[in-house]
Amino acid sequence: MTYNFNFSVIWRQFDVMLWGLGLGLLLAVISLAIGTVIGLVCGYAFRTNNKTLRGLVWGYVEFIRNEPLLLLIFFVYFGLPAIGIRFFDKYESFVITLSIYAGAYLTEVFRAGLTSVPERYVEAAKAIGLKPWQTQLYVVLPLTFRIVLPSLSNNLISLFKDTSLATAIAIPELTFTARQINANTYRVMEAWLTASLLYLATCYLIAIALRQIEKRYSVIK
Amino acid sequence: MQRTYLGELMKAKWSLLQGFITTMEISAIVIVIGLIAGMIGGLLLVYGPKPVRLLMRLYVDVLRGIPVLVLILFSYYGLALLGVNISAYTAGVVALAGFCSAHMSETFRGAIDSIPVGQTEAAKAIGLTFQQRFIYVLLPQAARRIVPPAINTAVEMVKGTTLLSIIGVLDVLLATQQTIARNYMVIEFYATAMLFYFVLNFTLSRMGAYFERRFGFIRY
Amino acid sequence: MSANPAASATSESAEPARNLLVARDVHKSFGQTEVLKGIDLTVTEGEVVALIGASGSGKTTFLRCINLLEEFEQGSITVDGDPVGYTDRGGSRRRLSEGRLAAQRARIGMVFQSFNLFPHMTAAQNVMLGLVKVKGMAKAEARSLADHWLARVGLADRADHHPYQLSGGQQQRVAIARAVAMDPRLILFDEVTSALDPELVSEVLGVMKDLAKSGMTMLVVSHEMLFVRDVATHVVFLDSGRIVEEGEPHAVFKNPKSDRLRAFLGRFTDIIGDITAR
Ligand SMILES: Nc1ncnc2c1ncn2[C@@H]1O[C@H](COP(=O)(O)OP(=O)(O)OP(=O)(O)O)[C@@H](O)[C@H]1O
Ligand SMILES: [Mg+2]
Repeated sequence: MTYNFNFSVIWRQFDVMLWGLGLGLLLAVISLAIGTVIGLVCGYAFRTNNKTLRGLVWGYVEFIRNEPLLLLIFFVYFGLPAIGIRFFDKYESFVITLSIYAGAYLTEVFRAGLTSVPERYVEAAKAIGLKPWQTQLYVVLPLTFRIVLPSLSNNLISLFKDTSLATAIAIPELTFTARQINANTYRVMEAWLTASLLYLATCYLIAIALRQIEKRYSVIK
Repeated sequence: MQRTYLGELMKAKWSLLQGFITTMEISAIVIVIGLIAGMIGGLLLVYGPKPVRLLMRLYVDVLRGIPVLVLILFSYYGLALLGVNISAYTAGVVALAGFCSAHMSETFRGAIDSIPVGQTEAAKAIGLTFQQRFIYVLLPQAARRIVPPAINTAVEMVKGTTLLSIIGVLDVLLATQQTIARNYMVIEFYATAMLFYFVLNFTLSRMGAYFERRFGFIRY
Repeated sequence: MSANPAASATSESAEPARNLLVARDVHKSFGQTEVLKGIDLTVTEGEVVALIGASGSGKTTFLRCINLLEEFEQGSITVDGDPVGYTDRGGSRRRLSEGRLAAQRARIGMVFQSFNLFPHMTAAQNVMLGLVKVKGMAKAEARSLADHWLARVGLADRADHHPYQLSGGQQQRVAIARAVAMDPRLILFDEVTSALDPELVSEVLGVMKDLAKSGMTMLVVSHEMLFVRDVATHVVFLDSGRIVEEGEPHAVFKNPKSDRLRAFLGRFTDIIGDITAR
């Protein structure tokens, strides 16, 4: 059995695929940004003495991390409207889901990051008279971000791969377009090879780019 | 007649049970294959001859750089094209197992690499063979660094089985969706599925935490 | 206590030197163990007071109490007339708000054994942070002040280096510049040369000597006995949380009254010979 490759169909629709890729990347970046805010807030909540608050955050993290993303996507997109929680469109629904999903993982990241800022820098900040919020803003947070930068890169790559699930609610990202090409042209191998290579290359490029940023900001030797 | 959750649950019980069995079965197969292949892959990544090492590295990095869903769809449509008469179930298991093996290989590699060379040298010095060194010296020490990420991967694989619903494998998620299509009790049955996945994965994670504590005494 | 002659030479007025630091009966415990057992100490303007004592005698703890990094249960500390850390309202002793504590800390400089420069900032940025955020100074002004102080500690050409690009001695000098630039009433030094390689110690001590000459009021914990002898105007010997002996360094080193101090000094004379010999 032989298979004759014919990539011309792919080239004709390559721009659609690239747009799909860009869309996935955009969804991932937005979700990472919102997830970072959630992660920071929850990370700080973990540091308070409020047991109830800590319990709530713990529940959120454990619950989300143990749920399949696809189920969460369906639950938010099909389930929540049934009880009156509606979204503007499927994009909003998806971004909210992915952000909440990312937030759970990033809560862990920031919780660990915040605790790994050495206490002596906090004391040095206090000693020059910075107020507690200033100490956090100018010393603890910048150091935390530098510490968690590698984790953030990994999370961005994971989230980007996770955007492939948006195909399940017909968001035209890369996997969706590959499926369409597959269905319309039967160029099965070409469609999936191209999609795979595009994902692979993008993940690789993100990793390289972020490694550069890490190098530039890793001032704690 | 008023629909009740329990009434509908009873009606759907055989379909949901079928989904439950499928999800558990696929998870178990994939994780076991992943562990065995991962152990071999990890060893090849560290001790294999250079060409094998490079090939393994390529395999591991490629599979980890592609979304699981793409692997599943690729496997599903691609294998069918090869003329292999293959079910969605098998295609899905192949993709998930391949993905799981890649992650497990990297986990084993990291764990083996983290053991100080002095340990291997000491084991050689008392005359242990390669197998003996691996079983009695390396593996026990690596366990502490294998178990937590391996459990993480296992949880990810259980979560990943839901993607097979997209190619029509009747797992818990698809069974749930079919149930919902019949009775429109969207929230109730999605919540039921969530509870199922939570209990399963939470138990897995706790096991990980338990083993982490058990092996926590090994430090270097 | 005698005022630093260098200080009185520079000060214009003839009025008697102010008491900058007054500690009265300071007690501090960690759990069950009492680490400070009633410290009384007065430091007047321009003085350089050295705090010496064996490891674990409570020197660091006392400095940290002054700078409010540590809470103390009993007694009072006033800096320039301002009771530090606590208020006495209606007879009950209450910890001040974090905002008030921050304002008080801004007037007390502190230099740490481990430098604690902010690793994500350059030397100049380290110095500027407090000037801009605490004192509300404009960035340009803060920068020129930072440059001024970095030059004073001999690091004019290192202003834009990050801490990891600097040697330990250079880092510690930046830390001193960071403290001094805030124009504090008093600076606390906690074994600032202990973490340094021996060949880097003198550059830091040199900077401190300079500061002392300029009339800065300093409370210095140090094991550098020769520095203490030459620079301190007053030396205080702490033993198990109590001040056992104090006085003019030469006199104290020459005629230690307590056995504890004699034993303590003995360990140094074994290494560097007679401390009091000029
Ligand atoms: N955070 C803490 N918790 C409990 N005990 C502490 C703490 N900090 C200090 N101590 C104890 O208080 C005592 C005094 O410590 P301190 O650091 O003030 O001594 P020191 O005179 O500075 O010693 P060194 O010369 O070693 O720096 C020691 O016995 C120490 O173990
Ligand atoms: Mg100390």
